[in-house]
Amino acid sequence: MLWSYAPNLAVGAAGPEAKKKAPPKKMAPAFTLKDSDGKTVNLSDYKGKVVLINFWATWCGPCKIEIPWFIDFETRYKSKGFAVLGIAMDDEGWEVVKPYLAKNKINYRILGGNEKLAESWGGVESLPTTFIVAKDGSIYKQHVGLVSKDDYEKDIRKLLDGAAGGIATAGANHP
Amino acid sequence: MALLAVSLLPAQTTLNSLSSVVNVVAPEKVVLKRGASQAVEFTIQVKTGYHVNSNKPEDEYLIPLRFTFTGGESPVQVGEIEYPKPSMEKLAFSTKPVSVFQGDIRTKALFKAGPNVPPGVSAVQGKLRYQACNDRMCLPPRTLDVKIPVEIRN
Repeated sequence: MLWSYAPNLAVGAAGPEAKKKAPPKKMAPAFTLKDSDGKTVNLSDYKGKVVLINFWATWCGPCKIEIPWFIDFETRYKSKGFAVLGIAMDDEGWEVVKPYLAKNKINYRILGGNEKLAESWGGVESLPTTFIVAKDGSIYKQHVGLVSKDDYEKDIRKLLDGAAGGIATAGANHP
Repeated sequence: MALLAVSLLPAQTTLNSLSSVVNVVAPEKVVLKRGASQAVEFTIQVKTGYHVNSNKPEDEYLIPLRFTFTGGESPVQVGEIEYPKPSMEKLAFSTKPVSVFQGDIRTKALFKAGPNVPPGVSAVQGKLRYQACNDRMCLPPRTLDVKIPVEIRN
Protein backbone atom coordinates (compact mmCIF):
# COMPACT_ATOMS: atom_id res chain seq x y z
CA MET A 1 0.00 0.00 0.00
CA LEU A 2 1.18 3.52 -0.78
CA TRP A 3 -0.34 6.31 1.18
CA SER A 4 0.80 9.04 -1.14
CA TYR A 5 3.91 10.49 -2.57
CA ALA A 6 2.70 14.07 -2.56
CA PRO A 7 5.23 16.64 -1.41
CA ASN A 8 5.41 17.64 2.22
CA LEU A 9 3.21 20.44 3.43
CA ALA A 10 5.91 23.03 3.63
CA VAL A 11 9.41 23.53 4.82
CA GLY A 12 10.22 26.03 7.50
CA ALA A 13 12.60 28.66 6.24
CA ALA A 14 15.97 28.98 7.92
CA GLY A 15 18.61 31.65 8.22
CA PRO A 16 18.44 35.42 8.66
CA GLU A 17 15.77 35.91 5.98
CA ALA A 18 13.44 33.57 7.81
CA LYS A 19 13.51 35.74 10.89
CA LYS A 20 12.19 38.65 8.91
CA LYS A 21 9.17 36.84 7.55
CA ALA A 22 7.38 33.93 9.19
CA PRO A 23 6.33 31.15 6.83
CA PRO A 24 2.64 31.19 5.97
CA LYS A 25 0.23 29.30 8.17
CA LYS A 26 -1.22 26.09 6.87
CA MET A 27 -4.44 25.02 8.45
CA ALA A 28 -4.76 21.40 9.50
CA PRO A 29 -7.02 19.54 7.04
CA ALA A 30 -10.40 18.66 8.53
CA PHE A 31 -11.28 15.02 9.05
CA THR A 32 -14.04 12.85 10.38
CA LEU A 33 -12.93 9.42 11.57
CA LYS A 34 -14.05 6.65 13.89
CA ASP A 35 -12.17 5.99 17.09
CA SER A 36 -11.50 2.59 18.65
CA ASP A 37 -14.85 2.75 20.46
CA GLY A 38 -16.69 3.39 17.20
CA LYS A 39 -17.35 7.03 18.05
CA THR A 40 -17.18 9.69 15.36
CA VAL A 41 -14.37 12.17 15.83
CA ASN A 42 -13.96 15.44 13.97
CA LEU A 43 -10.75 17.39 14.17
CA SER A 44 -12.93 20.45 14.74
CA ASP A 45 -13.94 18.90 18.09
CA TYR A 46 -10.47 19.90 19.25
CA LYS A 47 -10.67 23.55 18.25
CA GLY A 48 -8.83 25.72 20.77
CA LYS A 49 -6.55 22.87 21.86
CA VAL A 50 -2.99 21.96 21.02
CA VAL A 51 -3.20 18.60 19.25
CA LEU A 52 -0.45 16.12 18.48
CA ILE A 53 -1.55 13.99 15.54
CA ASN A 54 0.55 10.86 15.14
CA PHE A 55 0.29 8.58 12.10
CA TRP A 56 1.51 5.14 13.20
CA ALA A 57 0.99 1.40 12.75
CA THR A 58 1.40 -1.69 14.91
CA TRP A 59 4.16 -2.98 12.60
CA CYS A 60 6.21 0.22 12.90
CA GLY A 61 9.15 -0.19 15.30
CA PRO A 62 10.06 3.50 15.71
CA CYS A 63 6.39 4.32 16.41
CA LYS A 64 6.50 2.04 19.43
CA ILE A 65 9.27 4.12 21.00
CA GLU A 66 7.10 7.23 20.82
CA ILE A 67 3.90 5.75 22.22
CA PRO A 68 4.99 5.86 25.90
CA TRP A 69 5.97 9.50 25.39
CA PHE A 70 2.53 10.32 24.04
CA ILE A 71 0.90 8.48 26.94
CA ASP A 72 2.96 10.69 29.26
CA PHE A 73 2.05 13.90 27.39
CA GLU A 74 -1.64 13.00 27.47
CA THR A 75 -1.44 12.41 31.21
CA ARG A 76 0.43 15.61 32.03
CA TYR A 77 -1.02 18.12 29.57
CA LYS A 78 -4.59 16.99 28.93
CA SER A 79 -6.00 19.30 31.60
CA LYS A 80 -4.03 22.21 30.10
CA GLY A 81 -5.75 22.06 26.71
CA PHE A 82 -3.73 19.39 24.94
CA ALA A 83 -4.66 16.12 23.25
CA VAL A 84 -2.94 13.33 21.39
CA LEU A 85 -4.72 11.70 18.46
CA GLY A 86 -3.12 8.54 17.13
CA ILE A 87 -4.08 7.59 13.59
CA ALA A 88 -3.56 3.89 13.00
CA MET A 89 -2.59 3.07 9.41
CA ASP A 90 -2.71 -0.73 9.62
CA ASP A 91 -4.32 -2.27 6.55
CA GLU A 92 -5.99 -4.87 8.77
CA GLY A 93 -7.73 -2.17 10.81
CA TRP A 94 -9.15 -2.64 14.29
CA GLU A 95 -8.61 -6.40 14.20
CA VAL A 96 -4.93 -5.84 14.88
CA VAL A 97 -5.05 -2.37 16.40
CA LYS A 98 -7.48 -2.98 19.27
CA PRO A 99 -5.47 -5.81 20.87
CA TYR A 100 -2.38 -3.62 20.62
CA LEU A 101 -4.13 -0.72 22.37
CA ALA A 102 -5.25 -2.99 25.20
CA LYS A 103 -1.83 -4.55 25.59
CA ASN A 104 -0.02 -1.20 25.70
CA LYS A 105 -2.57 0.66 27.83
CA ILE A 106 -2.78 3.59 25.44
CA ASN A 107 -4.64 6.41 27.16
CA TYR A 108 -5.16 8.72 24.20
CA ARG A 109 -7.66 8.49 21.40
CA ILE A 110 -6.83 6.25 18.46
CA LEU A 111 -8.56 6.79 15.13
CA GLY A 112 -8.69 4.52 12.12
CA GLY A 113 -6.72 6.07 9.26
CA ASN A 114 -6.85 5.50 5.54
CA GLU A 115 -5.05 6.44 2.36
CA LYS A 116 -7.39 9.30 1.53
CA LEU A 117 -6.78 10.90 4.91
CA ALA A 118 -3.01 10.55 4.52
CA GLU A 119 -3.21 12.24 1.13
CA SER A 120 -5.26 15.09 2.54
CA TRP A 121 -2.46 15.69 5.06
CA GLY A 122 0.02 16.25 2.27
CA GLY A 123 1.19 12.68 1.89
CA VAL A 124 2.29 10.39 4.68
CA GLU A 125 5.11 8.48 3.06
CA SER A 126 6.56 6.80 6.11
CA LEU A 127 5.84 6.20 9.78
CA PRO A 128 5.91 7.68 12.27
CA THR A 129 4.77 11.01 10.88
CA THR A 130 3.54 13.49 13.44
CA PHE A 131 1.89 16.87 13.15
CA ILE A 132 1.59 19.36 15.96
CA VAL A 133 -1.46 21.53 15.56
CA ALA A 134 -1.71 24.88 17.32
CA LYS A 135 -4.77 26.23 19.14
CA ASP A 136 -5.83 28.19 16.08
CA GLY A 137 -5.93 24.99 13.99
CA SER A 138 -2.75 25.69 12.06
CA ILE A 139 -0.01 23.12 11.62
CA TYR A 140 2.87 24.24 13.78
CA LYS A 141 5.28 21.44 12.93
CA GLN A 142 5.58 18.17 11.03
CA HIS A 143 8.01 15.47 12.14
CA VAL A 144 8.86 12.64 9.79
CA GLY A 145 10.51 9.70 11.51
CA LEU A 146 11.58 9.23 15.08
CA VAL A 147 12.53 12.42 16.92
CA SER A 148 13.29 13.02 20.57
CA LYS A 149 10.74 13.32 23.34
CA ASP A 150 12.26 16.70 24.21
CA ASP A 151 11.58 18.04 20.73
CA TYR A 152 7.91 17.22 21.07
CA GLU A 153 7.64 18.51 24.59
CA LYS A 154 9.26 21.86 23.80
CA ASP A 155 6.74 22.43 21.04
CA ILE A 156 3.79 21.38 23.16
CA ARG A 157 4.78 23.66 26.01
CA LYS A 158 5.47 26.54 23.67
CA LEU A 159 2.07 26.20 22.03
CA LEU A 160 0.25 25.79 25.33
CA ASP A 161 1.92 29.02 26.37
CA GLY A 162 0.41 30.74 23.38
CA ALA A 163 2.73 30.51 20.35
CA ALA A 164 1.02 29.78 17.05
CA GLY A 165 1.56 29.81 13.34
CA GLY A 166 4.16 28.86 10.79
CA ILE A 167 5.09 25.44 9.59
CA ALA A 168 8.30 23.57 9.92
CA THR A 169 9.14 20.15 8.65
CA ALA A 170 11.69 18.07 10.43
CA GLY A 171 12.93 14.53 10.52
CA ALA A 172 14.51 11.84 8.46
CA ASN A 173 14.96 11.90 4.72
CA HIS A 174 12.76 9.77 2.53
CA PRO A 175 14.17 7.19 0.14
CA MET B 1 13.74 -36.58 -4.91
CA ALA B 2 16.10 -36.28 -7.83
CA LEU B 3 17.38 -32.82 -8.40
CA LEU B 4 18.18 -32.53 -12.05
CA ALA B 5 19.38 -29.11 -12.97
CA VAL B 6 19.07 -28.50 -16.66
CA SER B 7 20.20 -25.00 -17.39
CA LEU B 8 19.76 -21.55 -16.05
CA LEU B 9 20.39 -18.76 -18.49
CA PRO B 10 23.03 -16.36 -17.17
CA ALA B 11 21.27 -13.13 -18.05
CA GLN B 12 19.28 -11.61 -15.22
CA THR B 13 16.66 -8.97 -14.98
CA THR B 14 15.84 -6.49 -12.23
CA LEU B 15 12.17 -6.30 -11.46
CA ASN B 16 10.22 -3.53 -9.82
CA SER B 17 13.17 -1.20 -9.55
CA LEU B 18 11.25 2.07 -9.44
CA SER B 19 11.33 4.08 -6.25
CA SER B 20 11.26 1.08 -3.96
CA VAL B 21 14.01 0.40 -1.45
CA VAL B 22 13.68 -3.29 -2.33
CA ASN B 23 14.29 -4.96 -5.69
CA VAL B 24 14.12 -8.57 -6.78
CA VAL B 25 16.74 -9.89 -9.19
CA ALA B 26 15.48 -13.02 -10.88
CA PRO B 27 16.70 -15.23 -13.73
CA GLU B 28 15.62 -13.94 -17.11
CA LYS B 29 14.44 -17.42 -17.99
CA VAL B 30 14.51 -20.88 -16.46
CA VAL B 31 14.89 -23.92 -18.69
CA LEU B 32 13.66 -27.17 -17.20
CA LYS B 33 13.44 -30.73 -18.46
CA ARG B 34 10.20 -32.62 -18.12
CA GLY B 35 10.24 -34.57 -14.89
CA ALA B 36 13.10 -32.49 -13.48
CA SER B 37 13.49 -30.09 -10.59
CA GLN B 38 15.77 -27.12 -10.23
CA ALA B 39 16.60 -24.71 -7.45
CA VAL B 40 16.09 -21.20 -8.79
CA GLU B 41 17.80 -18.31 -7.03
CA PHE B 42 16.23 -14.94 -6.43
CA THR B 43 18.23 -12.09 -4.94
CA ILE B 44 16.27 -9.59 -2.93
CA GLN B 45 18.23 -6.35 -2.79
CA VAL B 46 17.64 -4.00 0.12
CA LYS B 47 18.86 -0.44 -0.21
CA THR B 48 21.78 0.50 2.05
CA GLY B 49 20.60 1.93 5.34
CA TYR B 50 17.36 -0.04 5.28
CA HIS B 51 16.38 -3.47 6.50
CA VAL B 52 13.38 -5.71 6.02
CA ASN B 53 11.92 -7.99 8.65
CA SER B 54 13.10 -11.56 8.19
CA ASN B 55 10.76 -14.39 7.27
CA LYS B 56 10.52 -15.11 11.01
CA PRO B 57 10.60 -11.72 12.76
CA GLU B 58 9.78 -13.12 16.22
CA ASP B 59 7.29 -10.37 16.95
CA GLU B 60 3.60 -10.89 16.33
CA TYR B 61 3.15 -7.34 15.04
CA LEU B 62 6.01 -7.27 12.56
CA ILE B 63 5.31 -8.16 8.94
CA PRO B 64 7.51 -11.04 7.77
CA LEU B 65 9.27 -11.19 4.42
CA ARG B 66 7.35 -13.70 2.35
CA PHE B 67 7.84 -15.03 -1.14
CA THR B 68 4.85 -16.85 -2.54
CA PHE B 69 4.41 -18.42 -5.94
CA THR B 70 1.00 -19.00 -7.41
CA GLY B 71 2.20 -20.76 -10.51
CA GLY B 72 -0.07 -18.63 -12.66
CA GLU B 73 -0.92 -20.38 -15.89
CA SER B 74 2.32 -22.35 -15.70
CA PRO B 75 2.22 -26.12 -15.07
CA VAL B 76 5.49 -25.75 -13.14
CA GLN B 77 5.19 -26.48 -9.44
CA VAL B 78 7.13 -24.34 -6.98
CA GLY B 79 8.23 -25.89 -3.71
CA GLU B 80 9.16 -24.38 -0.39
CA ILE B 81 11.24 -21.19 -0.38
CA GLU B 82 14.67 -21.35 1.21
CA TYR B 83 15.68 -18.15 3.01
CA PRO B 84 19.14 -17.34 4.34
CA LYS B 85 19.80 -17.04 8.05
CA PRO B 86 18.65 -13.62 9.26
CA SER B 87 20.77 -11.37 11.44
CA MET B 88 19.72 -10.23 14.88
CA GLU B 89 20.21 -6.47 14.93
CA LYS B 90 19.87 -4.08 17.80
CA LEU B 91 18.34 -1.09 16.09
CA ALA B 92 18.16 2.48 17.36
CA PHE B 93 14.46 2.09 18.05
CA SER B 94 14.41 -1.46 19.37
CA THR B 95 14.70 -2.51 22.98
CA LYS B 96 15.81 -6.00 21.95
CA PRO B 97 17.50 -7.42 18.83
CA VAL B 98 15.24 -7.74 15.81
CA SER B 99 15.45 -10.51 13.20
CA VAL B 100 16.13 -8.73 9.91
CA PHE B 101 17.67 -9.02 6.46
CA GLN B 102 19.93 -6.34 4.99
CA GLY B 103 21.81 -5.98 1.71
CA ASP B 104 21.46 -8.85 -0.75
CA ILE B 105 19.19 -11.66 0.39
CA ARG B 106 19.67 -14.85 -1.62
CA THR B 107 16.57 -17.01 -1.63
CA LYS B 108 15.93 -20.23 -3.49
CA ALA B 109 12.77 -21.81 -4.77
CA LEU B 110 12.48 -25.34 -6.15
CA PHE B 111 10.85 -25.37 -9.58
CA LYS B 112 9.54 -28.74 -10.67
CA ALA B 113 8.13 -29.89 -13.98
CA GLY B 114 6.08 -33.08 -13.83
CA PRO B 115 6.85 -35.92 -16.29
CA ASN B 116 3.63 -35.30 -18.19
CA VAL B 117 3.99 -31.55 -18.57
CA PRO B 118 3.93 -30.56 -22.24
CA PRO B 119 6.99 -28.76 -23.66
CA GLY B 120 6.68 -25.02 -24.11
CA VAL B 121 7.14 -21.69 -22.41
CA SER B 122 4.96 -20.43 -19.57
CA ALA B 123 5.34 -17.90 -16.79
CA VAL B 124 5.57 -18.67 -13.10
CA GLN B 125 4.19 -15.81 -11.05
CA GLY B 126 5.24 -14.86 -7.59
CA LYS B 127 4.77 -12.15 -5.02
CA LEU B 128 7.22 -10.77 -2.53
CA ARG B 129 5.63 -9.22 0.54
CA TYR B 130 7.93 -7.13 2.69
CA GLN B 131 8.08 -4.24 5.08
CA ALA B 132 11.17 -2.05 5.24
CA CYS B 133 12.49 0.38 7.84
CA ASN B 134 15.62 2.32 8.57
CA ASP B 135 16.64 3.22 12.11
CA ARG B 136 14.25 6.17 12.29
CA MET B 137 11.17 5.31 10.25
CA CYS B 138 9.28 2.59 8.45
CA LEU B 139 7.80 2.42 4.99
CA PRO B 140 4.39 0.85 4.43
CA PRO B 141 4.31 -2.86 3.59
CA ARG B 142 4.54 -3.53 -0.11
CA THR B 143 4.11 -6.41 -2.49
CA LEU B 144 6.29 -6.83 -5.55
CA ASP B 145 5.18 -8.98 -8.47
CA VAL B 146 7.70 -11.39 -9.93
CA LYS B 147 7.19 -13.18 -13.24
CA ILE B 148 9.63 -15.81 -14.44
CA PRO B 149 9.37 -17.38 -17.91
CA VAL B 150 10.00 -21.12 -17.73
CA GLU B 151 10.71 -23.24 -20.77
CA ILE B 152 9.93 -26.93 -20.50
CA ARG B 153 11.94 -29.15 -22.81
CA ASN B 154 11.80 -32.84 -23.59
